[in-house]
Amino acid sequence: MPDLLIELFSEEIPARMQARAAADLQKLVTDGVVEAGLTYSGARSFATPRRLALTVHGLTAESPTTREERKGPRVDAPDKAIAGFCKSVGVAREDLEMRDDKKGQVFFAVMTREGRPAAQIVADVLESAIRNFPWPKSMRWGAGDLRWVRPLHGILCILTDEAGAEVVPLDVAGITSGDRTQGHRFMAPDAFSVVSFEDYEAKLKRAHVVLDAEERAEQIWHDATNAAFAQGLDVVEDRGLLTEVAGLVEWPVVLMGQIDEAFRDLPAEVLKTSMKEHQKFFSVRNAAEDGQITHFVTVANRATADDGATILAGNQKVLSARLSDAKFFWENDQRVARAGMAAWLESLENVTFHAKLGSQAERITRIAALAKELAPLVGADAAEAEQAAKFAKADLASEMVYEFPELQGVMGRYYVGMTSVPTSVAAAAEEHYAPLGPSDAVPTAPVSVAVALADKIDMLTGFWAIDEKPTGSKDPFALRRAALGVIRLVLENGLRISLNSRPGPFHFSAEAVGVQQRGDQSAGYADPNDLLSFLHDRLKVYLRDRGIPHDVIDACLAMPNADDLTLLVKRAEALAAFLKTDDGENLIQGFKRANNILTQAETADGVEYSFGPDAKLAETDEERALFAALDREGAAISSAIEAEDFASAMRGMASLRQPIDAFFEAVQVNADSQIVRRNRLNLLHLIRATCLRVADLTRLGG
Amino acid sequence: MPAPTRPDSFQEIILRLQTYWAAKGCAILQPYDMEVGAGTFHPGTTLRSLGNRAWAAAYVQPSRRPTDGRYGENPNRLQHYYQYQVLIKPSPPNLQELYLGSLEAIGVDMNLHDIRFVEDDWESPTLGAWGLGWEVWCDGMEVSQFTYFQQVGGHDCKPVSGELTYGLERLAMYVLGVDHVMDMPFNSPSAPIPLSYGDVFRQTEQEYSRFNFDTADTDKLLQHFKDAEAECLSILSVPAQDPKTGKTIIMAHPAYDQCIKASHLFNLLDARGVISVTERQAYIGRVRALAKACADAFVQTEAGGAAA
Repeated sequence: MPDLLIELFSEEIPARMQARAAADLQKLVTDGVVEAGLTYSGARSFATPRRLALTVHGLTAESPTTREERKGPRVDAPDKAIAGFCKSVGVAREDLEMRDDKKGQVFFAVMTREGRPAAQIVADVLESAIRNFPWPKSMRWGAGDLRWVRPLHGILCILTDEAGAEVVPLDVAGITSGDRTQGHRFMAPDAFSVVSFEDYEAKLKRAHVVLDAEERAEQIWHDATNAAFAQGLDVVEDRGLLTEVAGLVEWPVVLMGQIDEAFRDLPAEVLKTSMKEHQKFFSVRNAAEDGQITHFVTVANRATADDGATILAGNQKVLSARLSDAKFFWENDQRVARAGMAAWLESLENVTFHAKLGSQAERITRIAALAKELAPLVGADAAEAEQAAKFAKADLASEMVYEFPELQGVMGRYYVGMTSVPTSVAAAAEEHYAPLGPSDAVPTAPVSVAVALADKIDMLTGFWAIDEKPTGSKDPFALRRAALGVIRLVLENGLRISLNSRPGPFHFSAEAVGVQQRGDQSAGYADPNDLLSFLHDRLKVYLRDRGIPHDVIDACLAMPNADDLTLLVKRAEALAAFLKTDDGENLIQGFKRANNILTQAETADGVEYSFGPDAKLAETDEERALFAALDREGAAISSAIEAEDFASAMRGMASLRQPIDAFFEAVQVNADSQIVRRNRLNLLHLIRATCLRVADLTRLGG
Repeated sequence: MPAPTRPDSFQEIILRLQTYWAAKGCAILQPYDMEVGAGTFHPGTTLRSLGNRAWAAAYVQPSRRPTDGRYGENPNRLQHYYQYQVLIKPSPPNLQELYLGSLEAIGVDMNLHDIRFVEDDWESPTLGAWGLGWEVWCDGMEVSQFTYFQQVGGHDCKPVSGELTYGLERLAMYVLGVDHVMDMPFNSPSAPIPLSYGDVFRQTEQEYSRFNFDTADTDKLLQHFKDAEAECLSILSVPAQDPKTGKTIIMAHPAYDQCIKASHLFNLLDARGVISVTERQAYIGRVRALAKACADAFVQTEAGGAAA
């Protein structure tokens, strides 16, 4: 059972593509050899900046010879049919066999697939894998036509068994396979040959290449935390950065340096972002100094005779230049912030939010007005909410946010906090962007909630007005995220807002956008009903993830006040829970029985029996008992619904099943007397109407 | 290889790069005699990267970025600076090694420094061009752009050119250990008349910063932009057959000069802050249309690979 080793050696592969590429190589090759009839016992793949590697062990030495027979047409069938058969099985007519069959002489095609040695199969599979590799972006180089992520220089491909290693011969666009590779670009550039995966991995390590990205990452983290610990510091964890850095080096060497005192006043977020984005440094905190970031860790790709002193000095210099910029921005920004930010608010008048939706300043004005409207509904002070919205996006014009867009909001909180406003107003500058994703925390401070809702509703009505709704996978303005934001803000804060009432948030916002759009013929008003149904669609997805079935949501959406999302969800949760109980079954069965007969009669008669039944016309005890039960439960159900106690209401409805069943046992609805019949149908109608008061049960499936 | 000695001035770094690339077989071209935003605009790169003819050239290109002007006060931002540009077609298989050799030639000791190739895809919307490559880091500082051209002026590059761009001031400041560009020795500090970068350029940085930001006449610039655009298209619309010589002469280069002009005028207008966000895209599109038309014309010429 031979083992296979492949290495594709190239110029530097972007860090973000490496892990995926290693997995793709493994899949393409292992799928390919299995498809060709080989089996294997295991495989592992690896990536470094300059190589993708794959080891497949326990590969069968050759594929088995297979034989397959296919029965064809009779020998006296028309030529056309026989030719068609030959074509479909890929066998020449003279090679068909004639055999006796029940129906007479019939052609048979015998197809034999000769077994092939593993080397041939691997060569074919690897060439096809290289030529069809799913790089997110690939390129040509030199005068060739081959595509790879960056120029491909070498193919190492060997099969190793007890007898030794053999090169799998292969030539892809002039690159011939061999058993040689090379080590670290600077520390061990010489080529060497390998005889097995174990040999390959060991020799690479001697040549200053750690093959396994996970091992590189662990080593970086281990060395970084050790270096920090030795000085009583700790490294700020950043998994994404660790993975990226491990993809930038073959021989990681951790170096820790100090941040110049002159930059210690910068906010921690600025230090962290600048070091990470520009230099891929880890931040290092000093617990003794209030957790301030005082050091950094950089990862070099080599060891040097001076133990990295030159490299560290160079990195420190670049960092100082970067942080001088940041400090310059921070100082300039503070001046504007302390002066009340008027300059920023004014400059946002020249920043387009969207060509058809005006400037950022216009958008801020709309959000401020809407936040003020929303304030009483979320328990916020109206003046504070309006003020918070006015300042919430001022930092977009700051120099720091221009340089580091990802610090929007974070800087806002600092800058707004420098003016004489309540802390709730400063907090809203940061929190109003939230929630950004399904797992992002939702703000709870009332002022932040008001601005966050206003921000998102304005987005939605704005893009609805100019007909830029999300379609399929396209959602360039992240409107689904905005809608989910509205949903989570409302639900997680238990807010009671009729979004689509008139006047209400949707109409108010649509009007504000519309007024601004008046000059533009191509734009219209957002349709609040359409927007609500978009929100409802997102809500369905949100609730389905929480185990509430689709039909339950539909049954609740059909009820009035479905724009009050908290009420809607309360109803849906109660219904979903109730349906899982015996009483739930009783409710459904009782309702169905009454509803089926009533619907049939209504269809047949072409009328609706909604007059209200008269208990005096009841003829039997069972009928009277049902009247009594309805009378008794009806009142209880009404007060339960009034109190939004949907579970009690449904229990009341469920208790009707017994009298309903008894009624149907004893009573013929279609009585001879039309008066009695009509009264009984009106009675069923009352049952139906009672049961429909919590949810539209007709929409429940199964 | 002997340990590289350290250069002592800005100009020595340039001279060493010239010597190095000449030794590697490049034609050492001179700067293009027009205002450009980057070395890529030199026809020795833009046009010569098109078509199937082999090419190898290296040159210094003064580059102008009006928005980067800081009146000579910022330690490393300038509205006028130098790029060193190398373009080899087809890209040789050892281009990375050649590049690293050039760093050694200017005194970067590979045994002490950490050189890294970090993903950076290059795109020039104004030239309708893109390529894949890296920014090259030396101890965490970006010292060069390294790009394999895939498309220029909307044409696939076949064969592919390898392009190297060195930001000369930044690289030289690093090699020479200088913190402020204006303090960098331009010629040798031991020369009879030693000159710093500031001696040569501080005043011009001030003058151009003021001009670019506040004085340039925007109405005139807008008119010049329109003129250059019209001139470019008009040159290209002239029939290829020259009635005077009887030869086929497609005037790709004169047309491309107008494209370069339009591009620089756009940069000036941008620095004057008279181009709104929405207009920006439209202007870039207009320059790109010119670049594309010039590329279309160039590939019809002999140098562009058309059969003679």
